[in-house]
Amino acid sequence: MNFSSFLIMRHEILLLVITLVLLVAEIFIPNNKKSSTVHLAIFLFGIHTALGFMALDESSLFGGMFHTNNLIHFFKNVLNIGVFILLLQSADWLQEKIVTQNRGTEFFILLFFSLLGMYFMISAGDFLMFYLGLELSTLPVAALAAYEILKRSSSEAGIKLILSAALASGVSLFGISMLYATNGSIYFNDIIEVITSNNLTILGFILFFAGLSFKISLVPFHFWTADVYQGAPISIASYLSVISKGAAVFILMILLFTVLKPLMHVWENLIYVIALATMFIGNLFALRQQNMKRFLAYSSIAQAGFILLGLITGTQLGTATVVYFVMIYIFSNLAAFGVVQAISLKTGKENMDDYNGLYRTNPKLSLIMMLALFSLAGIPPVAGFFGKFFLFTAAASKGYYLLVFLAVVNVTISLYYYLLVIRAMFLRQNDNPIPFFKNKIYMRLGLIITVIGILVLGLYSPLYGYIYELSTVYK
Amino acid sequence: MDILSFFVIMPVLAIIALVFTKGLKQARMVAIFGGLLQFAMAINLLFAYFKERSVNDSIMVFVRDIVWFEQFNIHYAIGVDGISVALILLTSIIVLAGVFISWKMDDLPKEFFISLIVLSTGVYGFFISIDLFTMFLFYEIAVIPMYLLIGIWGSGPKEYSAMKLTLMLMGATAVLLVGILGIYFNSNADGGALTFNILEIAKVNIPFEAQKLFFPLTFIGFAVLGALFPFHTWSPDGHASAPTAVSMLHAGVLMKLGGYGVFRVAMFLLPLGAIEWSWFFIILSATGVIYGAFAAIRQTDLKYINAYSSVSHLGLVLFALLMFNKTAWNGAILQSLSHGFMTALFFALIGMIYSRTHTRDITKLGGLLKVIPFISVIYVIAGLASLGLPGFSGFVAEMNIFVGAFQNEGMFYRIATIISVSAIVVTAVYILRVVGIMLMGPVKNNEYLNLPKATWFETTGILLLLIPIVGIGVAPFWLSEMIMKSLQPFIQGVL
Repeated sequence: MNFSSFLIMRHEILLLVITLVLLVAEIFIPNNKKSSTVHLAIFLFGIHTALGFMALDESSLFGGMFHTNNLIHFFKNVLNIGVFILLLQSADWLQEKIVTQNRGTEFFILLFFSLLGMYFMISAGDFLMFYLGLELSTLPVAALAAYEILKRSSSEAGIKLILSAALASGVSLFGISMLYATNGSIYFNDIIEVITSNNLTILGFILFFAGLSFKISLVPFHFWTADVYQGAPISIASYLSVISKGAAVFILMILLFTVLKPLMHVWENLIYVIALATMFIGNLFALRQQNMKRFLAYSSIAQAGFILLGLITGTQLGTATVVYFVMIYIFSNLAAFGVVQAISLKTGKENMDDYNGLYRTNPKLSLIMMLALFSLAGIPPVAGFFGKFFLFTAAASKGYYLLVFLAVVNVTISLYYYLLVIRAMFLRQNDNPIPFFKNKIYMRLGLIITVIGILVLGLYSPLYGYIYELSTVYK
Repeated sequence: MDILSFFVIMPVLAIIALVFTKGLKQARMVAIFGGLLQFAMAINLLFAYFKERSVNDSIMVFVRDIVWFEQFNIHYAIGVDGISVALILLTSIIVLAGVFISWKMDDLPKEFFISLIVLSTGVYGFFISIDLFTMFLFYEIAVIPMYLLIGIWGSGPKEYSAMKLTLMLMGATAVLLVGILGIYFNSNADGGALTFNILEIAKVNIPFEAQKLFFPLTFIGFAVLGALFPFHTWSPDGHASAPTAVSMLHAGVLMKLGGYGVFRVAMFLLPLGAIEWSWFFIILSATGVIYGAFAAIRQTDLKYINAYSSVSHLGLVLFALLMFNKTAWNGAILQSLSHGFMTALFFALIGMIYSRTHTRDITKLGGLLKVIPFISVIYVIAGLASLGLPGFSGFVAEMNIFVGAFQNEGMFYRIATIISVSAIVVTAVYILRVVGIMLMGPVKNNEYLNLPKATWFETTGILLLLIPIVGIGVAPFWLSEMIMKSLQPFIQGVL
């Protein structure tokens, strides 16, 4: 263990340092200047995000427990950007609601520890590290979901999240123990060589898969999603739906494409069924939602179903399209949540009816929302179209034409409810519309970055080429 | 920058300019300027095409190919032949006329013109694409602004109609996407690389089984936009609720995407599948021809009459395409153009009548010929063109279609042709019925005695559309020849 091997863990160490700096700063910042912790945290995390882009080679540490390569490194950067946008978008909320209660620093510490858990989870080289990362990424979020202590629904969200997360990780651990029983090792590299598809292995895999499905909120493990999103603060709902889901999808993909590849004939069928169920149930439940947070919750369940279309392939094409789609999804969903958050913060309104006539009073916010929803629905020329088209191409490359067809049917269903929001904003009139307001600088910046992402990520093709190059490691 | 990409870039520039305008007057000026520029570009393209064609004998001219997504072999590939040049010209004329007709768009003018231009960008892009991916991309770009255009500026049950139209057209892309991906993954059947390029796929012998599977998907995917029976139901509702310029653009141009896509993609790339399935789709399209005509007889709303008439006329386009005969194909393309001008003219006139009388119910109107003679006379002319009177474009097109269709041997084709021909008679019934009730006779409502005359911008819009109708009708040869030459690759590849 020398200095250069610490550089491999650059992301993790830097984030830990930032967290500790914040903790120390909390002591020295006087009570009447607590809002500067928000500036400090955003500043530090911005540096962290920027430094993350320094190149890194494929390597592993701790006897293979910690493993990293260029794709993982890239994905950590994507997560960083997502969290950075999220911080920008929630800065106003923090300053107005949380810092005044003198609980600002804890928010960042919990959030950053959760992100740290995700780093470890996606860099895991064995099931122990994976499990530690999973727990570290989930537990702080449960505390964060209950962060608005004055709201009952927020505490309820926290309890719901911690209970389902505990159950999920228990099930997952049970599955891991079975995999250990049949393979005699928890190291991914050892398991690859000995794993065969006997019944106990398959059972272990399914239990393990169920545990991760909770985190990605795949049907039938999606029941917590809508309630938690609705009760939790919007930043946390946003975090759960993009960052947490993205990281879980990523590690699931890595495991399926490497360690569990010999079980492909099992998980192919499993994912086929779950993808259909997730898309249909997510979409059909989203149709009738009135609360924007619940609406986005079901929409994000449906999006997870689309992601599975890339996972089913087990090829380099699948890896590239999944990573690409998740990245676009992060930007699109953050834009949608950002608008919801801006409006909720100013007016406290979160229902779709409240958005009636929004375009006439707040045209810019409405346009951002429209772009975000078009991107989620997959309408060209915004990025979501490219993400979806490539995912479907990946599934079709394996001959799953029927699945692609049903997925596009689902795109049409989803278009219906996305258009409902657009209908409210553009078509409907309102006697008592949301008044015009100007956002503060952080929120504006957060929204602008997402809009640039939505517009550029799709049309700028070298980016996909870059991801495809990196994806050679998983095929 | 090449001559074709301008058709995509110009609208984008126009949109950017529109963003900075304030109020109706400025927005209108920018939109008209943009429309005129596009019209000039289309005329320029027409002459450039003739010049290029005399020296260049390849299938597509002005070809430009830029690699976009290398890993999927997706290119930004563009090129035109005679068919697409003619349709681009049609588009530019109707867009310009549509902008003139929307002279008094008071509510959110900027947004209206932006949406209109986005729609036309999609249409131009679709017609110049020779790459399936970009074609699909532009197809969706053309469809989605319809939701806002109908939903915000429409009338009647606009929310319902807008949603129905958008969902049906987007739902059609579900089958279309599967069809396109099916073509893509079979494009290496001869050992080459996977490609989306239409010209390259046309050289590949896609296995018969795949053609049989993917032809109906691709066909239906496009033909829903071409109002194929029984997937036409979005069209009457959508047209009836849309504002005038949108109806014009939609019936005149957007629905042509359907026929064009069927011809260029489904039939050109999957010829064996097309022959295998032609009987089925001939039945559907012939049903559409007859059904649309009879449905139009029973309507009393002017827009519904015209919308069902569109179902009938566009059914004829699909019908002619499926006849596998070059005369019929020529007729199909001519019918697309002719119907584009005619129906746009109809919708423009209906819009003018509606803005004056505030009703589209023909039973409440009467004697308009005495009150607004100019508009009424043009309506009669458009009606006569629509029922196929010699001297107008409709005659040339339908003549070609039926002569070509009847050349096909076999009882099935003959019967189908005869049934479709009889639709002409029915067309005469509903056109003349409207003329009789609405334009002739006494003025039913005294309020209508003092209706304002057509304004200069309305007259301009009308003339823009009327001149091509008469022009094609009187001198169809240059156009027909241009289309015929471009049909050669289809004749070699498909027949």
